[in-house]
Amino acid sequence: MKLWGTLTDPILRQNPVTLQILGICSALAVTTTLAAAITMSLALTAVVVSASGIISAIRKHLPSSIRLIMQIIIVASLVIVIDQVLQAFFYEMSQRLSVFVSLIATNCVVLGRTESFALHNRPLPAMTDALGNGLGYSLVLIILGSVRELFGHGTLLGYSIFRTAEQGGWFEPMNLMLLAPSAFFLLGGLVWAIRSWRSEQVEVSEYVLAPSREGANE
Amino acid sequence: MAEMNPLRLWRQMLALPNESKNKTIAIAFVISAICAVMVTGATVILRPIQAQNRAMEQQARLEALLAEIPGLSQLLAGSDGTSLTTVVVDLQRARASPNVTPETLPTELADSRNWTQLTPQEDIANLGSRADLKQIYLLRNAEGSVELVILPISGTGYGGPIEAMIAIEGEMNTVAGLTILSHNETPGLGGRIDETAWRQQFASKQIRDETGSVRLAVARGAAATEFEVDAITGATRTNSAMTRMLQFWLGPLGYGPLLDAIRRGDF
Repeated sequence: MKLWGTLTDPILRQNPVTLQILGICSALAVTTTLAAAITMSLALTAVVVSASGIISAIRKHLPSSIRLIMQIIIVASLVIVIDQVLQAFFYEMSQRLSVFVSLIATNCVVLGRTESFALHNRPLPAMTDALGNGLGYSLVLIILGSVRELFGHGTLLGYSIFRTAEQGGWFEPMNLMLLAPSAFFLLGGLVWAIRSWRSEQVEVSEYVLAPSREGANE
Repeated sequence: MAEMNPLRLWRQMLALPNESKNKTIAIAFVISAICAVMVTGATVILRPIQAQNRAMEQQARLEALLAEIPGLSQLLAGSDGTSLTTVVVDLQRARASPNVTPETLPTELADSRNWTQLTPQEDIANLGSRADLKQIYLLRNAEGSVELVILPISGTGYGGPIEAMIAIEGEMNTVAGLTILSHNETPGLGGRIDETAWRQQFASKQIRDETGSVRLAVARGAAATEFEVDAITGATRTNSAMTRMLQFWLGPLGYGPLLDAIRRGDF
């Protein structure tokens, strides 16, 4: 099944975050808790799927000279709608995600998919590809969010897993996990783990250092 | 004769080559219009729900402010007749406004006669104009005298309006607490006005000195006197906005006369 491949490829083999290193700004910013990571993943997936569908449907009539600005207008409008919905129905969560929901408009995962895939494919494969990429992004966010919340607060989705020292347990929360640098370390570790398991993802070095020769200075 | 049937015009437009200037403009216009409708629709339809959320958040913050003031929860829980009442006050006459209830306040404020224009010299908090009617909260003890007032204050910060509430106790010269209801300051810098540790510095600060001028302020750097709280590093404009907001609202054009009236026992 070709569609199945389109859907599952971006989850691991072509993951937008770990292979293409796209959209890492939000991946670092909103993953302090699992709930925030899940909300952000859902919001991004909804935006990328609907944007891909719309852009793919009008692709034949989109003049190439204005195609980028038109894509951005469509993506930005969808983002505003999602942001408003979050503010209406998930008020506390939208306060916590603050500016990052609006910043989905500038997330490279979204524009990357609409520009490179939706513009050249029919709506169904375009939306499947977008869903796959959304899920790939979500997977990384959920992994980072779980690890950071578990070691930073000792909880998962707010439920206590490790009893912290403050509550009389043994676990000392790691404050580093709540800061942005920890997400860099975790993301780096994740990329390393995936690339050592699937060595075809390792990029070929563009330049090779010339071997040093003995006595080259003379 | 020019074609006027819109459906046929639409087809004609779509049949043009993508590179044509007319089609480019038409497509740009149509997509922008559709997006504008989508965004406007979402904002208009969802606004009532969002307003309700914000009102609930403000209520929760007021309750949190009350909970932070030491000893207040016992006072409120005690059965000696203390209770928190909501009063609409008239700032020009420095007394309660008998005809206006909190329910009718929004309609009264829609009337421009209930607002006072501020001259640039007066308007240190950058408000433009000040409402003459304000909804405040009073806590009376068993004898009926005022123990504590909670006053809404507002001003213009670095990123937009700041709305806050300040609780004042005792001789109407001591801050009991301060809470920020809403702000648009830079997260991590000015946005730290919302942090509990910073806000709690206001507790038990003095407001006016012996000469009667308002001294309560955010210091430049670390607090040195009993009137000051520590500044937030890297947020000079937010700090000064907070200072100006406090000085305006606690001064003669704000709640100053009202606080005097409460101190005299006229309330």
